[in-house]
Amino acid sequence: MAHSVRRDAPELPDFSLLKRLARDQLIYLLEQLPGRKDLFIEADLMSPLDRIANVTTLKQHDVDKLYKVEHKPIVSTSDQTVRGCFLYPLTNWFLFPDVVNADKAFGRFRRYKIIFSPQKFYACENLLEEQGIFGDVTTDEWSFYLLPLDDDIISLELPEFFRDYFLEGDQRWVRTAGSALHLLHSVYGPFSKVYGIGRCSKMAYESWREQVEEGEQRARQAEIGNVFLIDRDVDLVTPLCSQVVYEGLVDDIFRIKCGCVEFCPDVTSSDKSIKVMLNSQDKVFNEIRNEHFSQVFGFLSQKARNLQTAYDKRSGMDIKQMKTFVSEELKGLKQEHRLLSLHIGASESMMKKKTKQDFQELLKTEHSLLEGFEIRECISYIEEHINRQVSMVESMRLLCLLSLTENGLLPKDYRSLKAQFLQSYGIEHLLTFSNLKQLGLLVEQQPGETLTVMESRVGKLVNDKTAGKLTDAFSSLAKKSNFRALGRRLNLVPKSDEEYDLRVPRDMAYIFSGAYIPLSCKLIEQVLERDGWTGLEEVTRMLNGHEFAVTAGSNGSDARVKTDSQRIILVMFLGGCTFSEISALRFLGREKGLKFIVVTTAITNSARLLESMLDNHA
Amino acid sequence: PTYPKDLQEEGWPPLMYVTFLKESKRAVNSIRSLVEEEDEEDDVEKVSWSGEPVGSISWSVKETESSIRSTGEVRDQSFPKIHTAPSLPKNSSGYSLSSLFKGKAKTGSFQSFSESFGDPSIRNYAPELRKPKSEYKDYVSDWTPEETVKRMQQGKVYSLEKFRSLQDKLLLLDEAVNAHDGNVITAVLIYLKKSLSKEILFRELITREIALRHYIHYLKEIGEQKLLVELFKSMDRTEDMALMQYRDHLNVRDENKKRDFLKNCLSFPFSPDDATHVQDHYTLLERQIIIESSGQADIFKKYPRKASILNMPIITTLYYSCFYHYGESDGTFSSPANIRKTFRISDKQFLLTCLGARAKLKAWFDVDALFTTKNWLGYTKKRSPIGFHRIVDILQKNNAPVQVLQDYVNLVEDVEQKISLAQKYKCHDVIINTYRDLKDRQQLIVYRGKVERGSSEYRKIEEILSNSVRLWGEVSPRLPLLQS
Repeated sequence: MAHSVRRDAPELPDFSLLKRLARDQLIYLLEQLPGRKDLFIEADLMSPLDRIANVTTLKQHDVDKLYKVEHKPIVSTSDQTVRGCFLYPLTNWFLFPDVVNADKAFGRFRRYKIIFSPQKFYACENLLEEQGIFGDVTTDEWSFYLLPLDDDIISLELPEFFRDYFLEGDQRWVRTAGSALHLLHSVYGPFSKVYGIGRCSKMAYESWREQVEEGEQRARQAEIGNVFLIDRDVDLVTPLCSQVVYEGLVDDIFRIKCGCVEFCPDVTSSDKSIKVMLNSQDKVFNEIRNEHFSQVFGFLSQKARNLQTAYDKRSGMDIKQMKTFVSEELKGLKQEHRLLSLHIGASESMMKKKTKQDFQELLKTEHSLLEGFEIRECISYIEEHINRQVSMVESMRLLCLLSLTENGLLPKDYRSLKAQFLQSYGIEHLLTFSNLKQLGLLVEQQPGETLTVMESRVGKLVNDKTAGKLTDAFSSLAKKSNFRALGRRLNLVPKSDEEYDLRVPRDMAYIFSGAYIPLSCKLIEQVLERDGWTGLEEVTRMLNGHEFAVTAGSNGSDARVKTDSQRIILVMFLGGCTFSEISALRFLGREKGLKFIVVTTAITNSARLLESMLDNHA
Repeated sequence: PTYPKDLQEEGWPPLMYVTFLKESKRAVNSIRSLVEEEDEEDDVEKVSWSGEPVGSISWSVKETESSIRSTGEVRDQSFPKIHTAPSLPKNSSGYSLSSLFKGKAKTGSFQSFSESFGDPSIRNYAPELRKPKSEYKDYVSDWTPEETVKRMQQGKVYSLEKFRSLQDKLLLLDEAVNAHDGNVITAVLIYLKKSLSKEILFRELITREIALRHYIHYLKEIGEQKLLVELFKSMDRTEDMALMQYRDHLNVRDENKKRDFLKNCLSFPFSPDDATHVQDHYTLLERQIIIESSGQADIFKKYPRKASILNMPIITTLYYSCFYHYGESDGTFSSPANIRKTFRISDKQFLLTCLGARAKLKAWFDVDALFTTKNWLGYTKKRSPIGFHRIVDILQKNNAPVQVLQDYVNLVEDVEQKISLAQKYKCHDVIINTYRDLKDRQQLIVYRGKVERGSSEYRKIEEILSNSVRLWGEVSPRLPLLQS
């Protein structure tokens, strides 16, 4: 609340333009289909669509009825001439032919158009062709790359990015990321510096650079000067930690979807849930979103007292004063009152939920893991958590944190914990364990020589020329988190015996109660401070390399000019980022007089990240 | 929903539309390369990957395009290419910053191709784009792998048919991989799948990890299970193969069919650990099918089941067994003891589960028996593999009455913990007795203030206090550990 160190931070660019662009394109696509049509919308696309267009807009462009895409025959009251228009993000696309074929089986012939968002894939068209419905169905794409969620948050709304890229090794979204960057560059650029770390970041950079070269460049005043790209797997520890900053906590407990949250009756103290937009427009929320949860209550009660005083002014007013009060102040006060009671309700409800699950003890275990302290006790805590069949995702989260911080589990522990996990939550989670291992989230410590043995074995199969192509096979084996060493090198884990005043945070560690500075944000801080990776060689080596820092132009001298745009930094997370990280960056921005804009493939948290690893739905 | 006002109330077209148009135009330039492809779209014989993605303002974009172009003063803003090819982690000694970011400013796009592939015949076909459609069809087949990949990325017309020799096909694939575009990599793989025998394709994919992973993911998505199994087999990735096949059990609904399916899985080449788990999975379902149709009718009538036990985890099954089949002889498949033995359930785990089930039924006598051990002299003693504070916690969550709770609170060894638990669950006797035993008069006085005046607790404290002088002497020592 009161820790702005530098007040001269530049203004953020206006991102509502991106919404307009997306909406205009959608309207254009609808106009391409003259006449009345029904619109079928894939569930995942509902909320993003809601943010940029409304029903009135759609109706004005001859959309008759709106449906949610369900993968079963379409029951529509309209006759055979109906035209369906499908809005699809690329999940479940391979189920589409069933819809059309079911139609055909009924002897109906309807004309369909599929609009893929944000882009279509060759594999989709190929499937339509193989199923013999290419032509019956036409396709198009809606280049809806970027959804501004708030003044400083832009989302690609691609939650599948994490699994597709990091688990399956599919690079289908690399160009999408490049195009999104290109769009930002064209509207708010030109960028003068790009830093990054991670293989995907490098590829996204290349894709963007190529797209810049393909188009022509225009001179304009840059609004965003610097860009930082980071792969989610550079730091997997941070998103797996329990969030304790207000916005993060709300996301962990109620799940914020597309900047909107549904508060249950428990919060609203009425009999129905309500949906609330959470962004900087909400004045109360805006002041508490970045605060450690322990500070929120005090703030809210202070606010409530002020509100009371403002209301109390009424007594002793004459008619005229009262009139002014009602017309000028009352509306604002009522609005504030509504917001206050909402956030107080939410805080209470969260408090209750967290107390019930012994949050304090859970946090203690997490902090011990981060610190590398009393690991045996942590393991028995996790074990008991599993034994008592408490939340499966929570158990998995703790196991992954243990593995990431300890560079893998001892084979004995791994076997025993895995067996108990399968007993408690279902043996089909064998598949989940296989996924977690593949990604390096939960692994067994390998005896030292294993890697070399593997290398020489594969080495015999191939000659030197192709050896480079085997990298991925090795990197998943070699993928060590090196968390302890990184923590020491970058001072990520402050000494536990030091007092940490959460009211006046001294560093980004406040987002985790002073126990841990998020690695991702620390890297960003360090690189910006050093204007590159110099001096961080040891760190990047432990992070598996793939770092870069490039400057526009051949000499790059003009980039040194200190303009406002140089102090606006766009940070792109490939694979998702958490609200806690955003809070940490906002803190860093205040400290350094910078403004951060976070672009992410999706807002994530531990539950979303781990649920994407589950394989138990056929 | 509570939208911000401006979004909610704004109709279409919005008033700001006209002014906005100007801004949009500039922005939209970024996607112009796609717009320019318009005229190719109606070419239905070719796979067209185009569209006009820019929205109803695209006409105006075209109108103003030329003016923007002529006024735009271009300064050198190009970014350098960076080296994205994977390199082995063990080479890290060679990781100097300079080697990673070859600051090559704007290399010609052909150059990177020639670097990777030695000696390709490079010809520039740019002029043909301006030729009439009927004519350029004849030239399509002359696009190099790099040009083809580029065109595919940009959604332009392309053709893969000319890549007929194995070498050409692989060059194309490698080029797609070099372009880092998963969409194009998969498209090329689909073509290779159609035009190469699987043995050849598999063989080539072994040394192409990135392409291989795209291929596997593609096959997973379109559900080509059989081919995937063959692929893993040919690569000697037997564990992946086994898991892949095992995964299919999720698609089997009928429990008897699923059991048979799992039985069939037992022969798959799992890792030794996983083989045990899959064996368990089969045994479990087999048991569950038996258990599902057994049990005494009266307990089910008294406590109707919320769900079937089929496909539940082992621990849930044990809980169910402790709930509905408690006391059955060890030989019965549905008895807790049998389940415990079959699935090698640890003492701790068994106790936790059993405790939960019996507490739920308020069978406090059973709960008691779980902890009671007799020594050789016949004395009974309560023991537990987990701390009694956890036991108290579990009992409390199952609404155990204070009389039951306090027995277990009393067993907590750590005095401080005992007091705090007793306070939390209002076990007055435990607190009072503990303070009495500690001879802590002061705490007793404090506690007297917390209980209801005239209640039995109150009277008990009074009694102790009045006797305390006689029993303890004037000054009562306070243990430092209780001062908090």
